[in-house]
Amino acid sequence: MIELRDVTKVFPAAKKGSGAAAPAVDGVSLTVERGSVFGVVGHSGAGKSTLLRLVNYLETPTSGTVLVDGQDLGALGERRRREVRRSIGMVFQQFNLFRSRTVLGNVAYPLRLSGLGRAEARERAGEALRFVGLDAHARRYPEQLSGGQRQRVGIARALATEPGVLLCDEATSALDPRTTGEVLDLLRRVHGELGVTIVLITHEMEVVRSLCDHVAVMAAGKVVESGGVHDVFSRPAHPVTETFVRSALHDVPDAATLDRLRARHPGRLVTVPVGGGEDLSRLFREHDVDFTIAHAGVTEVQDRTLGGVTFALRGAERDVAAVLARLTAGEEVVAR
Amino acid sequence: MKADWNTFWVKVVDATGETVYMVLVTLALSAVLGTAVGLALYATRKGGLLRSRAVFAVLSALVNVIRPVPFIIAIVALSPVTRGVVGTMIGTEAAIFPMTVVATFGVARIVESNLLSVEPGVIEAARSMGAGPLRVLLTVLVPEALGPLVLGFTFMLVALIDFSAVAGTVGGGGVGNLAMTYGYLRFDTSVMVVTVAVLVLLVQLAQLLGNFLARKVLRR
Ligand SMILES: Nc1ncnc2c1ncn2[C@@H]1O[C@H](COP(=O)(O)OP(=O)(O)OP(=O)(O)O)[C@@H](O)[C@H]1O
Ligand SMILES: [Mg+2]
Repeated sequence: MIELRDVTKVFPAAKKGSGAAAPAVDGVSLTVERGSVFGVVGHSGAGKSTLLRLVNYLETPTSGTVLVDGQDLGALGERRRREVRRSIGMVFQQFNLFRSRTVLGNVAYPLRLSGLGRAEARERAGEALRFVGLDAHARRYPEQLSGGQRQRVGIARALATEPGVLLCDEATSALDPRTTGEVLDLLRRVHGELGVTIVLITHEMEVVRSLCDHVAVMAAGKVVESGGVHDVFSRPAHPVTETFVRSALHDVPDAATLDRLRARHPGRLVTVPVGGGEDLSRLFREHDVDFTIAHAGVTEVQDRTLGGVTFALRGAERDVAAVLARLTAGEEVVAR
Repeated sequence: MKADWNTFWVKVVDATGETVYMVLVTLALSAVLGTAVGLALYATRKGGLLRSRAVFAVLSALVNVIRPVPFIIAIVALSPVTRGVVGTMIGTEAAIFPMTVVATFGVARIVESNLLSVEPGVIEAARSMGAGPLRVLLTVLVPEALGPLVLGFTFMLVALIDFSAVAGTVGGGGVGNLAMTYGYLRFDTSVMVVTVAVLVLLVQLAQLLGNFLARKVLRR
């Protein structure tokens, strides 16, 4: 559906003579399959927004190719490119609603752009508003709505022309946790009921965990890791991925928690992932090692359980060492 | 010879009519021309929707040369051009020409700066929906900036009443001309007082109308 091939974007340096700026997007290749929910995470300034704007050619790549439905956007004229944009919806962190138009007027705007008459545009806009549950507010102006409602209007506007793809740039970052949940639920329906392919950008791994099936992690303009969400969550390879995954899983105690655990539990601490094949009770019994559960963090990722349990081990030093040796033979164990 | 108010009030009404005519015609012309120049300035600047260094440089230079010139100087400096275009250098029509030239560039700056204050996010949103540059200018930027634009036009309208009075003193007709020929040259205080009152009244009306419209647009 969407394919980026070795795409690079370098913004011209702000001041002349200050040298070439570091590329905002640096040699990125990725493929978004039809029907998937593709997350892009990264810290601020990693180049996520720029990457998203390259997908619908709001930003022209310095080099590389952007393909949407097999069409090379760089090879199209501006007029054809505008038509392609009409088949790609976009949702923004700050909603970007037109203050001069009513809620209905906002949603009708893209329909008018695509050539529909006034009456038909209003009718279709009404349908889109019904989908997001805001048809009762059609005559209001954006400033009369809450943040969550505004974002739902933004989503209705992006979906009005029935695009096959929805690009979301931090769609929930300006919202409180509860409204974030509402908007994520709505996006889930957009994907489930309308079958829209979603590319969403976020710096919250929790959003990726609960919504996405694929994820790409960006750092300094590059995609440093990508793959199925469950795979990336269970085996993060890059340090940046690692921190993001930890922030959503809490499976391994962080440094502060670890200090607290140490104070309370004498003996060695070891974190074991849940769902491993090892028969732990037998292992502990064989070596005559006692244990307490000191910490645990468990989450659902793509309908599978992912997490870790931290044991505090007590016993003769030799026996504990033997248990640890057995446990650390499997690679996903963190011994402390 | 002082004014005989039994007959003189007709002159006041006529002069007021002339002033209103000059101001409204100038406002209409400069609104159309100035908005066009303002949109062009906005769109052709660096990073704009239709960037063009050459067009921007020319327009920008014109604005920067014409704006700072005091209106009274502009009338005189433009008078050869006025004669060429209008055919005469005195009267209402002759006043409208320099007023329109100066007001056009004033309006252009007002339009440009108000468009610049529109959040870039809504432009991005419209572009993402496939709107072309002209569409974005006319169906997004202008409506989004309409409230401040109305206030800016009101400011221009008040300035034009001022301009018309200045033009009147140098043969342009209208209330300014009345104040000059009767009030000033013949030391007739009553005429002076009445013309000042008429001008204050016109300015008040313009301001009230502008505020009312702006409130309507801004829904406050
Ligand atoms: N129009 C622009 N002109 C110049 N530099 C830009 C422009 N847009 C982005 N950049 C630069 O490109 C880099 C990446 O920016 P981008 O907005 O894509 O990051 P991001 O990952 O979306 O960050 P955030 O999470 O803060 O939104 C930054 O260093 C930014 O300063
Ligand atoms: Mg961003």
